[in-house]
Amino acid sequence: MSNYILYGITILLLVISYYKDKKKTKMAMKKAWKAFENILPEFLGVIMLVGVLLAVLNPQVISKIIGNNSGWFGVVIAAIVGSITLIPGFVAFPTAAMLLQNGAGYMQIGAFLSTLMMVGIVTMPVEIKYFGKKLTKLRNLFAFIFSFIVAYIIWKVV
Amino acid sequence: MKSLFKRYKFFIITVIAVGIITIFNTNLGIKSFSIAVYSFKEMALVIPPVFVLLGLLDVWVPRETMMKYMGEDSGIKGIILSIIIGSAAAGPLYGAFPVAAVFMKKGVKFSNILIFIGAWSTTKIPMFLFEVSALGSRFAVTRLLIDIPGIIIIAYLLSAFISKDEISKIYKNAENL
Repeated sequence: MSNYILYGITILLLVISYYKDKKKTKMAMKKAWKAFENILPEFLGVIMLVGVLLAVLNPQVISKIIGNNSGWFGVVIAAIVGSITLIPGFVAFPTAAMLLQNGAGYMQIGAFLSTLMMVGIVTMPVEIKYFGKKLTKLRNLFAFIFSFIVAYIIWKVV
Repeated sequence: MKSLFKRYKFFIITVIAVGIITIFNTNLGIKSFSIAVYSFKEMALVIPPVFVLLGLLDVWVPRETMMKYMGEDSGIKGIILSIIIGSAAAGPLYGAFPVAAVFMKKGVKFSNILIFIGAWSTTKIPMFLFEVSALGSRFAVTRLLIDIPGIIIIAYLLSAFISKDEISKIYKNAENL
């Protein structure tokens, strides 16, 4: 659904742009292609890594790892698993709900979801290309630590 | 030719690695390849409009306009705009980085770029709706309420840890992307 909106807006703007200034539109397309071609090698590598990771760490395996653990040890494991996996949101939330049913606590799920979204170990090559090594490492580290705060507050509130 | 090989070195290594996995564990290898192909299709769907929009933004929106709303002196307005633009986004986190590069070219403030990245990663509106339906509104709303200040604090912490020199290096690098 959000894809249709995205395409609709893009095509609409592209038509308006072409109508107003053909030359500028051509330049925009050139820039778009250059930006895409520039990052393509990293994208492709990351996609292969994600393939291997998801083949190994499917929801059943994750649920085994953090399903019956409780306490901070479970939270740490959940945060690490979340950091290295890369699951699209529409799969992640049902997975999280399933993990809850299998005995994981809200604290573990909070940590898992938080690192899943904010920490990206496999996407680091892409991030480094734009932001450099230092900032990439720091951002992921801070996001990892922050996830424990999220887990703690969720445990207190929910 | 040589530079082409160098650029795709990482990708080639991963393909060889999965190939080796396939030799030892056929099931796992084939599964890895098929998930990679699936992810590629997903990427091929989301990425083209994102880059076309970026190209249009680059050509049509003047640097002055972006600076006024999200630049050094944009204050709270810039922070709120960064959160809204990041939250309205679609697609995985790696889609946010090229957008950030164009923002840098347009003179958007460093901390606002980091806030935008944070919002894209975790407060996306479509994802929030998924979260409510899967885990309940109490869980989703609590997480959202922690995440918004968290994103801003992380952005300012990162800005403090990175020197002015390093920031200008990152901005310069963005010019060539």
